Amino acid sequence: MTVYLFIMLAVLALGSALAMVINKNTVNSALFLVLNMVSLAGIFLLLNAQFLAIIQILVYAGAIMVLFLFVIMLLNVDDEEKLFDKFRFKYFLAFVLAIAVVGQVFYSLAGVADMLPAISDQMVAIGTVEAVGDVLFTDYLLAFEMTAILLTAAVVGALMIAQHKIKRTDEI
Amino acid sequence: MVGIDWYLALSAILFAIGIVGVLIRRNAIVIFMCVELMLNAVNLSLISFASHHGNIDGQILVFFALAVAAAEAVVGLAIIIAIFRNNLSVDVGKINLLRW
Repeated sequence: MTVYLFIMLAVLALGSALAMVINKNTVNSALFLVLNMVSLAGIFLLLNAQFLAIIQILVYAGAIMVLFLFVIMLLNVDDEEKLFDKFRFKYFLAFVLAIAVVGQVFYSLAGVADMLPAISDQMVAIGTVEAVGDVLFTDYLLAFEMTAILLTAAVVGALMIAQHKIKRTDEI
Repeated sequence: MVGIDWYLALSAILFAIGIVGVLIRRNAIVIFMCVELMLNAVNLSLISFASHHGNIDGQILVFFALAVAAAEAVVGLAIIIAIFRNNLSVDVGKINLLRW
């Protein structure tokens, strides 16, 4: 059952990622990215990371992608007409680089294939909210509070950057 | 059960698709979405190692990576809006602010 679920979710994730890259319409790309994130959340569930699966759907597929769609709507982005019309050397280089990255990771995986950890059944409770929160609010409390400062700084910085008219005190 | 190598392979392929997207697309927003895809691929790899080792620290790291990704998305989209206000385009081929 797990194998079939993994195959289905992996095919869904790969297909939606490819569709996002080669789609000419920006809104369709964003919606395919939402599909990709939801299928990745399913894979997180297979890996017993229930808390992060929920967070993935809430934060990524919910908040961040809504932000992306708002920006697309705000900017009125036109489609790219010619994406694969003619062969460009850049595309060839991009695919060669991607195949090189995948080959490198696969090669290093094959080298340590017998050292990779095996699955044991006593890890069922690892990704629950209780387990994550227990570690998050004891060992990582300082980093957690720093996250609040980081998010506040990001929001204030984004407001400053996206402001319509920045007051110039010294006009050059 | 599915072994950890399958999860890592899926993560590697998703990361490579993100690289291709960053390299071939010209729309700044789509490039940004491809960066998010690459972040997700690395998160998947971290979570698979965390679950297979039985160690929760990897999942904590993914949690912080999510928070930083949210902050990065906000600031990046604000920069895209600011660039669009200046020269009415999100095509990275037409943005030449730092080129001389």
